[in-house]
Amino acid sequence: MIDLKGYGPALLEGAVVTIELAFLSLTLAVILGLIGASAKLSKSRVAIGVATTYTTLIRGVPDLVMMLLFYYGGQVAVNNLSDYLYDAHGVDFFFQFDPFIAGVLTIGLIFGAYMAETFRGAFLAVESGQIEAARAYGFSRWRTFHRIIFPQMLRHALPGIGNNWQVLLKTTALVSIIGLTDMVRVAEEAAKAERMPFHFFIPVAFVYLSLTAGSELFIKWLTKRANVGVVQGT
Amino acid sequence: MAETAPLICRDIHKTFDQLEVLKGISLETRKGDVVSLIGSSGSGKSTFLRCINMLETPTSGDIIVHGDPIRFTTNRKGERVPADNRQVELIRARLSMVFQSFNLWSHMTVMENIIEAPVHVLKVPKKEAIERAEAYLNKVGIYERKDYYPAQMSGGQQQRAAIARALAMEPEVMLFDEPTSALDPELVGEVLRVMQNLAEEGRTMIVVTHEMSFARDVSTQVLFLHQGVIEEQGTPDKVFDNPDSERMRQFLAPKF
Repeated sequence: MIDLKGYGPALLEGAVVTIELAFLSLTLAVILGLIGASAKLSKSRVAIGVATTYTTLIRGVPDLVMMLLFYYGGQVAVNNLSDYLYDAHGVDFFFQFDPFIAGVLTIGLIFGAYMAETFRGAFLAVESGQIEAARAYGFSRWRTFHRIIFPQMLRHALPGIGNNWQVLLKTTALVSIIGLTDMVRVAEEAAKAERMPFHFFIPVAFVYLSLTAGSELFIKWLTKRANVGVVQGT
Repeated sequence: MAETAPLICRDIHKTFDQLEVLKGISLETRKGDVVSLIGSSGSGKSTFLRCINMLETPTSGDIIVHGDPIRFTTNRKGERVPADNRQVELIRARLSMVFQSFNLWSHMTVMENIIEAPVHVLKVPKKEAIERAEAYLNKVGIYERKDYYPAQMSGGQQQRAAIARALAMEPEVMLFDEPTSALDPELVGEVLRVMQNLAEEGRTMIVVTHEMSFARDVSTQVLFLHQGVIEEQGTPDKVFDNPDSERMRQFLAPKF
């Protein structure tokens, strides 16, 4: 076992922060992705416009810039809001915009835009006859969605979700830049203090690798389940 | 008192953008009627069938299912839309449809396909729905395929499963939209035989078809549509052997 020079517990805590950050961001991204895809596929011009602006804007700006903007900008926005509320209504309202919240919001928002595209394509890939049959048998809109469209959409969406998830997981490392004590941040400090970069960064790389490898297996299993009833071409 | 007609359509018009596809189609059925809708492609026969269960909303005209007229209203854009979506859902549940390309739900087994709507739409207890499904699978002759997924079966078997799905709704009227057109020629027979049995049981059916022998031998009424109007209508003997319309004669003439 490698000697982590007493940084072991801190690294482990950092890994937990990384995982929490990744899962919360994923949840936000999936929700935003579903909303974004529904908006893009809706008939409302306003909804289409808002969703298109969102995905175009987000996908065109570097993740790091977004994150800095959210973290520093987010705090300024909270401060301004706080001043305004106090001056205008005498309400005392303030909170510290911490790096974790900024991280979840930024990563969720970035990957929500990618997920929206993934889901949009997946919804379009569901054969119209499948939906028509549901309507013809008296299904309500909601039942058609959750019994027919959603399970069939997943078949087409899972590979894209898997890719997005892997990139998302790795993007969480950026949050160390705005001061969140995640695994990368701890390793960086330890490496600097001990002058042993390999000693600390290689284990971190392995943690990421095992997380991505593990989730790949999980996605594979999910894909297999979602593709039940599909006969693979021979 | 006369029996309530399972389905009445009055003066159905349908316009897509500028194109008038249906120019006033009326149809009255009695219980046990088998109505064949024939005509060349683009004559409006499938559109008419899809208007009956509101997969297309007719631009004007009435649809009355077992005495229950579908209520319409006009939306902000001035389009005619159903006044009550719930009513349309309930009516659709009484008019089960069999599609040209089967449209069995591909992520469900045959059994799951058949019990889905009875359990979730008609609220039949699951156990009863399964028993019912087994009986209908036997009737269409694919009981042993009940745990297969649609993609694992031939087209003829899929269509028979789709017919079992339609039967499990115990519908007022069954709608068939070119049920054999997507099948290999050697599989057409098995589906037509199932349909003939249903007709003999006295089920009310409306069938859009290119199978002239089915229309002639099985139906009680034949409607020949041409460019959105009924060109010829009557018993099969009348329509096939003694048509008034020139178009109908041309349609029946040997092609080569």
